Amino acid sequence: MKLLNEAKHLVKDNIRDYGMYIALIIIMVTFTILTDGLFMSSRNISNLLDSAGYIAVLAVGVMLVIVIRHIDLSIGFLAGFLGAIAAILLMQVGMPVYIVIPIILILGIFAGTITGFLVAKIGIPAFVATLAGWLIYRGAILLVTEKTGTIIINDDVFNAIGNGNIPSLMVIGGVHLLSLLVGALAIVFYIYSTIKNRRNKIKYNFEVVSKEIFILQLVFVSAIIGYITWVLASYNGLSWTVIIMLLVVIVYHFITTKTVLGRHIYAVGSNPEAAHLSGINVSKITLLVFGSMGMLAALSGILYTSRLQSATTTAGTLFELDAIAAAFVGGVSAAGGVGKVTGAIIGALVMATLTNGMNLMGVGIAPQYIIRGGVLALAVIFDVYTRKKRV
Amino acid sequence: MSEYILEMKQITKEFTGVKALSDVNFKVEKGEIHCLVGENGAGKSTLMKILSGVYPYGSYEGDIVFNGEVQQFNKITDSVGTGIVIIYQELALFPDLPVYENIFIGNEVNKSGVLDFNKTIVESKKLLDKVNLKVNSETLIKDLGVGKQQLIEIAKALSKDVKLLILDEPTAALNEDDSENLLNLLRELKKQGITCIMISHKLKEVISIADKATVIRDGKTICTLEATKGEINENTIIKNMVGREIEDIYPKRDKKTFGDKILELSNWTAYDPQVGRNVSKRVNLHVRKGEIIGIAGLMGSGRTELALSIFGNSKSYKLQGDLYLDGRPVNLQHTNQAIKAGIAYVTEDRKGDGLFLLQDIKNNISAANMKGISLNGIINENEEIKVADHYKTSIGIKASSLQQLVGNLSGGNQQKVSLAKWLFVGPKLLILDEPTRGIDVGAKFEIYSVMNELIDKGMSIIMISSELGEVLGMSDRIYVMAEGEIKGELSSAEANQEKIMEFATQ
Repeated sequence: MKLLNEAKHLVKDNIRDYGMYIALIIIMVTFTILTDGLFMSSRNISNLLDSAGYIAVLAVGVMLVIVIRHIDLSIGFLAGFLGAIAAILLMQVGMPVYIVIPIILILGIFAGTITGFLVAKIGIPAFVATLAGWLIYRGAILLVTEKTGTIIINDDVFNAIGNGNIPSLMVIGGVHLLSLLVGALAIVFYIYSTIKNRRNKIKYNFEVVSKEIFILQLVFVSAIIGYITWVLASYNGLSWTVIIMLLVVIVYHFITTKTVLGRHIYAVGSNPEAAHLSGINVSKITLLVFGSMGMLAALSGILYTSRLQSATTTAGTLFELDAIAAAFVGGVSAAGGVGKVTGAIIGALVMATLTNGMNLMGVGIAPQYIIRGGVLALAVIFDVYTRKKRV
Repeated sequence: MSEYILEMKQITKEFTGVKALSDVNFKVEKGEIHCLVGENGAGKSTLMKILSGVYPYGSYEGDIVFNGEVQQFNKITDSVGTGIVIIYQELALFPDLPVYENIFIGNEVNKSGVLDFNKTIVESKKLLDKVNLKVNSETLIKDLGVGKQQLIEIAKALSKDVKLLILDEPTAALNEDDSENLLNLLRELKKQGITCIMISHKLKEVISIADKATVIRDGKTICTLEATKGEINENTIIKNMVGREIEDIYPKRDKKTFGDKILELSNWTAYDPQVGRNVSKRVNLHVRKGEIIGIAGLMGSGRTELALSIFGNSKSYKLQGDLYLDGRPVNLQHTNQAIKAGIAYVTEDRKGDGLFLLQDIKNNISAANMKGISLNGIINENEEIKVADHYKTSIGIKASSLQQLVGNLSGGNQQKVSLAKWLFVGPKLLILDEPTRGIDVGAKFEIYSVMNELIDKGMSIIMISSELGEVLGMSDRIYVMAEGEIKGELSSAEANQEKIMEFATQ
């Protein structure tokens, strides 16, 4: 009984953080029931994660842009454009894939920094500056694909990024060993870091949850990681897309929570004036965040182009809005200073799950848009409501 | 002849436990110019906000009698409807709209919702004539100087058939010519039978224009002086403004030895391109090691601007003159350079530009010195907690834990967090801007004690304050500012409230 009460309080106090996890689980369970388990099949889950990749990395980047009170509309077509450049370099120039990928990422950083320069140094509102970028990159895609139309890519290494899986080392009874190992490692790391974190908090008399709840938490999260790994490992194993997504999450989560740079980003977002008066170089932070956005847009372009195994003339259409929607579903606040990397990823997963689930059920495209719009509105209403309650 | 156009009787107003006004009586005769004087925070603005309906009927006690009738204003339009118009120090004009639209904004000349531009322009010209302003009524407001903008505000008031005009420090941002012009206009309006209440800090103006002057101090009316009786003169006004006993809440410092000059400004002038005037003018001052310098002056006298121009020129003023740190000339172009050079600035507006309200105590304390808790850009959270915990105990921040959001702390504890943030940087010179505004006596005492400890450790402090008691009680030397200039320098021995007020109201 005491345990139940504490759990209740915990959910109540952290409803902002837990809200989207709960929403994701509810949506998943609902689809599983409605599709007689088809949704939870290995094949579908693997498919869902792969299709979420290119929006998820954009969502992480744009979440940080929104945290510092700006917006970036140019990222969709920038991703599409850089994807086309990658295809040209591979197929027409004949560069090897190991050189093409770094070049594309650097071009992305360069493009993002230009946007950042316009916003931070010239003082153009981000909405306008990136709307201009939106038009320019859209034109640029059409320009570079004008003669050829869709560029088909037949480089196996490049195409594996969006379609391939990590080597299995050994298959035991239809289960891929390396994927299992990665999952097991993730669980061990999760348990180790949360226990360490809890010890620290206890040492400094910070509030912690009771031991029972803590163990429950550990078991629950480990079970979820374990289950998903098992599901994936018993199909084709972890895909490269999932590995890239995980890397982006780990790196960005680390930067935002453990580094000085991350702290400065949130400081600029929550009060730019105070940040400036604390000696933080606000325009440098703005440049960096837009630069990172450009790099992630390039990564998104690579993922998408590789998944289609071709660069199309319309690649990137509406990616930016999908990513922004995912970031808001993931709890980023338009007022600045609030937002998490894990949130953005969960937001992207929620949106991808909705699309995937409704596709499985054969829901038409029209109701799909309406339902996703409704979910976005609900998420923001929820955010505004819980924020009011807190202060 | 004495017929009161306005009587405010027994007005009492409380803000969550603090009495801003208690039993204030204020009477204004028809057709006079009545000045309202008092220190910052004495209650003048609160009284005028009650009169104009910003604080609605029922939120205060007492009666407002205007034109012989008890009034119950629930909103500003109610008071405007009866002919009371208030012009605030921050003008309420729209810079990108032309003069004629500004004059009639909210009061548009229209026929069933459709604007009649011709009539608007014709009417606005008549009003411009009334205020002796010769500008094309199609000029945009942003192309006019502040002095002319002030006259547009008055024209706007006249368009509303004003009977009682209230001006809140109308000349604060004006130069002398514009001020004189404005005062002449008020005399002109008086002849036309318009009654006028003027809040002013410039005693010379009060003396030259007022028929009567009411002094308010600590939320109470002290006296009403009359020009016909020869009572309106500098001495009498100042005496009544400051006559409060200074409570002895200032902890004493035993040892008072001062070292070398650590900061010196010579002919320091700062031009603010955004407002288009000099916010600091030819300032000369110095601070020695181990010294507390008080900078007194009224609001808007340029004290904060001076501090910001020293602290890495954070508002991008155009600077002239020299800044010496430890005898060497320096040029600080960003706040992080100032911090590196050993200067810290605790802002006046802690919620606005001082703290990160949505972040917790420990993040706020480390915000200006991340180097102190990180290695190669990676934060050492244990170290951060230790640091925050150290300051929490040493300066007595009262909070449930270091994880509490700063937005949920009381004013005094928020101020201590701001202070802790800068102490962790370890500056040589600490600039405190209104360090005790809005905090209770107990927390004030604690902050004063911290200041003394810092001085004992060899730091120097510049304290900007509007509270005379605090300036007198804590400072070793006092500079008084008005209109961006240093009007006087007083040693702690020779300083008293009257002398400071004399300089501040020049």
